[in-house]
Amino acid sequence: MLALEMYRSVAKTALGKVAGGRMPLLLTGAAAPLRMVTLDPPKVEHDGWARLKVSLSGICGSDLGMLSGKTSLYFQPLVSLPFVPGHEIVGELLDPCGDLDAGTRVVVDPVLTCAARGLEACEACARGETNRCSRITVGDISAGLQTGFCHDTGGGWSQQLSVHRSQLHAVPDGYSDEQALLVEPVACAVHTARRAAVEPGDRVLVSGAGAVGLLATLALRELTDAGEIVVVAKHAHQRELALEFGATEVVAPSETLRRIRRATSAFMLEPEMMASPYLLGGVDVALDAVGSKESLQTCLHATRAGGRVVLSGMPATADLSAAWFRELEVVGTYASSRGSGDFATALDLVGHDGMCRLAKTVAPYPLHRWREALDHAQSAGRLGTVKVAFDPRRTN
Amino acid sequence: MTRPGFVLEVDDRTPPLLVHEGLGFRLEEFPQGTRVVYPPESLPTVPDVDEAIREALDNPVDSEPLRELMFPGMRLTIAFDDLSLPLPTMKAPDIRGRIIEQVLTIAAEKGVDDVEIIAALALHRRMTDAEMKHIVGERVFRSFAPQGLLYNHDAEDRSNLEHMGMTDKGEDVEINKRAATSDLLVYVNVNLVAMDGGHKSVGIGLASYKSIKHHHNAKTMVHSRSFMDHKHSEMHSSAWRMGRLIGEHVKVFQIETTLDNEVFGKPYDTLLKREWEWSLRDQATVLGLRRGLAVAPQKMRHKMFHDLRSNYGLTGVTAGAVEPVHELTVQRVHQQQRVKVEGQSDVMVMGVPYLGPYNVNSTMNPILAACMGLGYYFNSYLRQPVVREGGVAILYHPLDEGFNTLTHPSYVDFYEEVLADTTDPALIGPKFEEQFATDPWYVHLYRTSNAYHGVHPFYMWYWIAHALDHLGDVIWVGGNPKAAARMGFRSASSLRDALEMASSTVGPSPSITYLRNPPHLLADVR
Repeated sequence: MLALEMYRSVAKTALGKVAGGRMPLLLTGAAAPLRMVTLDPPKVEHDGWARLKVSLSGICGSDLGMLSGKTSLYFQPLVSLPFVPGHEIVGELLDPCGDLDAGTRVVVDPVLTCAARGLEACEACARGETNRCSRITVGDISAGLQTGFCHDTGGGWSQQLSVHRSQLHAVPDGYSDEQALLVEPVACAVHTARRAAVEPGDRVLVSGAGAVGLLATLALRELTDAGEIVVVAKHAHQRELALEFGATEVVAPSETLRRIRRATSAFMLEPEMMASPYLLGGVDVALDAVGSKESLQTCLHATRAGGRVVLSGMPATADLSAAWFRELEVVGTYASSRGSGDFATALDLVGHDGMCRLAKTVAPYPLHRWREALDHAQSAGRLGTVKVAFDPRRTN
Repeated sequence: MTRPGFVLEVDDRTPPLLVHEGLGFRLEEFPQGTRVVYPPESLPTVPDVDEAIREALDNPVDSEPLRELMFPGMRLTIAFDDLSLPLPTMKAPDIRGRIIEQVLTIAAEKGVDDVEIIAALALHRRMTDAEMKHIVGERVFRSFAPQGLLYNHDAEDRSNLEHMGMTDKGEDVEINKRAATSDLLVYVNVNLVAMDGGHKSVGIGLASYKSIKHHHNAKTMVHSRSFMDHKHSEMHSSAWRMGRLIGEHVKVFQIETTLDNEVFGKPYDTLLKREWEWSLRDQATVLGLRRGLAVAPQKMRHKMFHDLRSNYGLTGVTAGAVEPVHELTVQRVHQQQRVKVEGQSDVMVMGVPYLGPYNVNSTMNPILAACMGLGYYFNSYLRQPVVREGGVAILYHPLDEGFNTLTHPSYVDFYEEVLADTTDPALIGPKFEEQFATDPWYVHLYRTSNAYHGVHPFYMWYWIAHALDHLGDVIWVGGNPKAAARMGFRSASSLRDALEMASSTVGPSPSITYLRNPPHLLADVR
């Protein structure tokens, strides 16, 4: 089968880290430790596993981060190279899988928990907090925090992979593949909204209006009683979608702090020596949906004392002075939790009118045009796209 | 013998005319038939300034001499116009300082030792020590400022405001407590244009937002026709009602001064001359200046212009009761600035220079440029506007988005937030004004830094309400298209383009009037 494979390359990773900031195309071209290969389809010979034929597989920010070497070395022991990336997956079962028949259209919850590894449930899995599983490096399969980062299971950027019954959710009739593709990122957004613990009437800042920010906005509006939701967006189409998904106001990155200051009657201070300005006062909850230093700094600096900063997506390094001085709660939010029914909620939310329209804008690429696809994903905001995906069924 | 204002019709012999545009100017060839209105040349000035001040204080209008109003143990407060006047800043010594010195001399002779001096800045920014010193002079500054007896009015210091009552129209009259509770309030004024002075001095200069908001709003501004004619201005009517109420509580001794038209000192004095009278040397100076400005960095051009000090001469000083004093002042201002203009035109052209009342030692952002052109210059008329109703205003200014966050912090938010929502002055007031006016951060910056009050950009926008109500279109030549669009206007790269754009409103052969400002002129449109 055809697959894209990420392999170990210290030279390319270093090149990406050094030059990627100035030459983004390096990250999806010469410096990407990714290649197109022909592999035997992966098959995990344990109970509960089945083969899945991929219909669509999305390109996520964490995939781009991994390819460009931006991801922290913290994650290095949690993957098993070489692996086939792709964890936002919709496909069709080639084998029966538990109570699901062959031919069932499913979406994949990519987290590889104790159940998938053939282990007794760890404490987190037993509580249903599957995204906090402590056993993600051991068991029947090799290390890998998720499908798409594990050598043995394969990933969505290929024609076929192996999936475990515990990961699967049947797609209701009437949903397009593109809608189904969005279920996994929406499930993450649902989990984010829950982790944000927004109180009724709270003012919320969502920094970023890419897929993560937009879906988080939708989840916050649909699942919480948030008051104002201010979304930071760079591009016109992002502004429109953010408003459609429930933002009260959309602001440009350069205006964010001033607008939050005005809306919350906060005071703004400007340290000397090129340091960023910050607020005394601000929003109750801020959500970093970009993962850049600037975005995280904005969130830390725009949140009131005692407020909450939610890290949605892989965080960048930032000055944590505000977290200390303002007694902020810094909350991480990773993937989704099976015990909370995040996927079930996400399956409902993708039926939202805005999501239907968003699904129609998914940009699919065949596997062999992977460089183009990654370039597109890297510049998705600028090019007016929210989600770029691989469609292994396509030949052009 | 001075020459009165002059109206010229452009013909094939007319040289290119000078048009100011921010930190520079251009020489523009106007279409033949364009009417150009030149300001009058300066009136004769007072030969001995100190003697004229002494004469005014000793022989006031409808009042006892200042000396007789003073007595030992009294509370004397002296208030003076802030740095928004005159424009550009006057060369030292400033006329206000010379007057204050004489008032203090009389006070000392009469044994008055409870004296405080207040800069009547209303909701303008606090002056720096250097700016204050320039106005009152070194001696007064050194004698009063260190003891805290010379200070900027603080319209947000609730403990130092006095609510004096309401006018018969329900307007709150709330002014500086020290001034309100004084035995005598001496106000020292500079009248650069006919809008200044009168009851506006104390009634607005020493007032709070609670009081000022009654006349600084879109509705009042639209009905102030014009600002330069206080008998036909709603804003002035309100200020007069307030001033009369103030007069019932505190004795006000008003000292008003008028200046000539010498706004540009050397080497810029050529800019005051009429183009066809330029000598070869003048032409060389203008070309040299243009070349220099074209290559000079923005910072240098800013410094060149903002360091400029004017050689104003005093054309008169009058003291006494507010209203009769102001009548004489207005007469002198009209005598200096009035130009008879026959009939209205389809298009009015104005150059907007680098300086307005609210960007002294700061930058002129697009909102201030709009206020200067459409607020001040458009309203520099008597009887009726220079341009007909539904006509077009063409203004020159680069409309750089360079907001100074020290002096104009709320302007940035106004520009990005309020104007993005609506540019209609009648709508922005109810929707946004209160939020900006009471924003604690703006209040803090107004009180402790050098920032204009949070509500100030709203006032700038109300100031242009009459022009927006009257005009069919507004086009900025050389203006940043993004800034022009944000304010609801259009921009053009040249006069020719602007006239082409205006043709959809006023036809292909409009009558055009160019007001050659500065110095100030007041178009008496018959």
